[in-house]
Amino acid sequence: MARRLQFDIFRYNPQDPLSKPHTDTFHLDETDSMTIYIALNKIREEQDPSLQFDFCCRAGICGACAMVINGRPGLACKTLAKELPGQITLMPLPVFKLVGDLSVDTGTWFRAMNEKVGSWIHTDKTFDPTALEERMDNDRAEEIYELERCVECGCCVASCGTANMREDFLGAAALNRIARFMLDPRDERKNKEYFEVIGTDEGIFGCMGLLACEDVCPKELPLQDELGVLRRKMGWTAVKNLFRRG
Amino acid sequence: MTDLLCIGAGLAGERVAVEAASAGFDALCLSIVPPRRSHSSAAQGGMQAALGNCFKGEGDCPDVHFSDTVKGSDWGCDQEVARLFVETAPIAVREMAFWGIPWNRVVPGKSTYFKGGKQFEKIEPAASQGLITARDFGGTANWRTCYTSDGAGHTLLYTMDNKVVELGVRVHDRVEAISLIHDGETCTGVVARCLKTGDLRVYLAKATLIATGGYGRIYRETTNAVINDGGGAIIALNTGIVPLGNPEAIQFHPTGIVPTNILVTEGCRGDGGTLLDVNEERFMDKYEPEKAELASRDVVSRWMTHHIRKGLGVKSPYGDHLWLDIRHLGAQHIKTKLREVEEICNNFLGVDPITQLIPVRPAQHYTMAGVRTNKDGAVYGLKGLFSAGEAACWDMHGFNRLGGNSLAETIVAGKIVGGKVAEFLQGYEVAFDTAVTRAALVKEQERIEGLVQCRDGKENVFEVRNAMQDELMDHVGIFRNGKDLQTAVDNLQEICMRAQQVGLRSNGIGVNPELTMALKIKGMVKLALCAAYAALQRTESRGCHAREDYEARNDRDWLKRTLATWEEGADLPTLNYEPVSPTFELAPGERGYGTCKIISCTENDLGD
Repeated sequence: MARRLQFDIFRYNPQDPLSKPHTDTFHLDETDSMTIYIALNKIREEQDPSLQFDFCCRAGICGACAMVINGRPGLACKTLAKELPGQITLMPLPVFKLVGDLSVDTGTWFRAMNEKVGSWIHTDKTFDPTALEERMDNDRAEEIYELERCVECGCCVASCGTANMREDFLGAAALNRIARFMLDPRDERKNKEYFEVIGTDEGIFGCMGLLACEDVCPKELPLQDELGVLRRKMGWTAVKNLFRRG
Repeated sequence: MTDLLCIGAGLAGERVAVEAASAGFDALCLSIVPPRRSHSSAAQGGMQAALGNCFKGEGDCPDVHFSDTVKGSDWGCDQEVARLFVETAPIAVREMAFWGIPWNRVVPGKSTYFKGGKQFEKIEPAASQGLITARDFGGTANWRTCYTSDGAGHTLLYTMDNKVVELGVRVHDRVEAISLIHDGETCTGVVARCLKTGDLRVYLAKATLIATGGYGRIYRETTNAVINDGGGAIIALNTGIVPLGNPEAIQFHPTGIVPTNILVTEGCRGDGGTLLDVNEERFMDKYEPEKAELASRDVVSRWMTHHIRKGLGVKSPYGDHLWLDIRHLGAQHIKTKLREVEEICNNFLGVDPITQLIPVRPAQHYTMAGVRTNKDGAVYGLKGLFSAGEAACWDMHGFNRLGGNSLAETIVAGKIVGGKVAEFLQGYEVAFDTAVTRAALVKEQERIEGLVQCRDGKENVFEVRNAMQDELMDHVGIFRNGKDLQTAVDNLQEICMRAQQVGLRSNGIGVNPELTMALKIKGMVKLALCAAYAALQRTESRGCHAREDYEARNDRDWLKRTLATWEEGADLPTLNYEPVSPTFELAPGERGYGTCKIISCTENDLGD
């Protein structure tokens, strides 16, 4: 027999002076292949049309629907009800500013991150429309793509011990982005320039090595390895800087 | 106040903004989601451009790409635009490489590939080592689709938004344009609702661009993201002046998974997967003895629908479906060549495709329909208004878009239209009429108050939306006929009345999702009516538009594009027609695939 699921959902509408943070409980009969995406839309359409949450591609591609599901940050669209107990608690991601209920403002955070790390190819060259493209080794292209797969969902940031304690911590998504550009032969930045962005306690040296980021990443990015490599590179750059000063 | 206001920050919107900003103009993008969540990111396959670097791309050039595109469109496209597109595509792809796309590259030497479930060998030329490579896609003569693994749309969008950040182009995310500000001649910006606070805002601009993507969400079963609900098309149609081009041109893809309609790639069938019915028996080989499961998208979708209608679909709580079977391809093949399919099945269905069947059915996929523009991207009817990407009917797709041509259009049209916007802005000044602006704002304020206070009734917005979606699925789907289309028009007119009577059940305060839906429901039903009514009038079959009662493509009478406008207070759109193309570089003929019945036109019909 199908289970009757209980959803305990965080509610708060900051725009409504009468609203106070609280939990609302909803019940639904489980259907085949029910995901949190299907469940939340059913609750909104049949029980409470004011319920706020974010979905976009609903296919695990865009990163819009990250929330805390039974204590763990994850993408709601690819979370199947049948993998969860009958009682499901949904909370908004911490760290990011709350828009309302389960909806948070990741856009502002990630735009600022992209500005901070200079998330683009830094080069003095200009594009020549008449020329062939610059050649690149296919293995290198695939290595770059592997790190480029980040969807900026915010799960790594929400699960990060440092990010939850200090607002200025760059977080795994930003550090991974730097790693992506360091791999890219088209980017002319040197380690010294990267060091200026991430060679601090707000950057790579703020990482406590708890590595929840890797555990919760829905794209299964190799964050542990990347953070390790970055720490080593930046450590060496710091040592070199010391000698240079001396 | 800004020079250029882009409504939508997907690939097309951002590409236009980048072009204008690079020319020194102030550009601002509005987006209902953070820009990197735009639906452009979901395109996995790649973008077509005739680089001819890889072995199977040898001899490829814009001429071949042009011919594929025109045939694909079933001669429904503007050939001048298609030519412009194919010539610019290679440059646009290389420019994206320069900006940072990790395109897959040619690896010289021997390698294998699959076709029709069989394995073949190819040898890549050493001279092309490290140049951008390409993969095979439907309806193309060469391998022409540039890709980055299974995430072409994602890398394109991230690279484009990186460029936006680099240039300092502002993006106001979670802001939805809900009406265009215009005086009947010139567009001067939008009234928008902030989706962080619910507040209304006015954005004034010298040039405004609609780049809101497609509107598959008017259908119940669609591969589109939930944000593809027609915001841009609705505000254009609501002007009463701006026409939608070919609103009846809607593409379906055969294999969306059930229930969530996420696409599983055509590669499943390309590699030998089969479609099964409720009795777990194949049926495509009976309908199409020669091509079976590998007939074109529109043909397979048609037979699947036919089979479900015969009662041979599999019943489920989410409606009838069919099965896709790839079990016989084996674990190794699935885990390497169809990795993404395995992930989707595991994540979204809890189904293991190595041992289990995948529930699928055709789902709406793409709107060739869109805001009609000229070849510069300038929208018909209002000065200062432009459109690009899937939102626009530019019109290089006609009645059927080729795979790989959608991502390509966003980048190429973005580049071209962006250049034209910059030309337009050069020395252009406009007077912002405060009375016009105020009237537009007040109208939206009143609309919101009316909905919150249930001034016109208490219709449930979700029920109205569901009724509209069901109507389109049942009567304006893959197969169309006069009787069903007339039923759809009649029923949708009634649903439109209900949309007029929507009232909120919740309080509407802040970013209330019920209000967000209520503000656009009537517009969505109008789009649905445009599709149904234009489909009813088009008494021929062309590309995706398959009339059971008019099976031939009729070049004698229908070599023309529908233009639908909606006058204030009218209960149906006004349909006008224009010649499909100013030039016929490629005269109408056979596509070379699918069934082919043609009522031919004369030389005179083609003009010069």
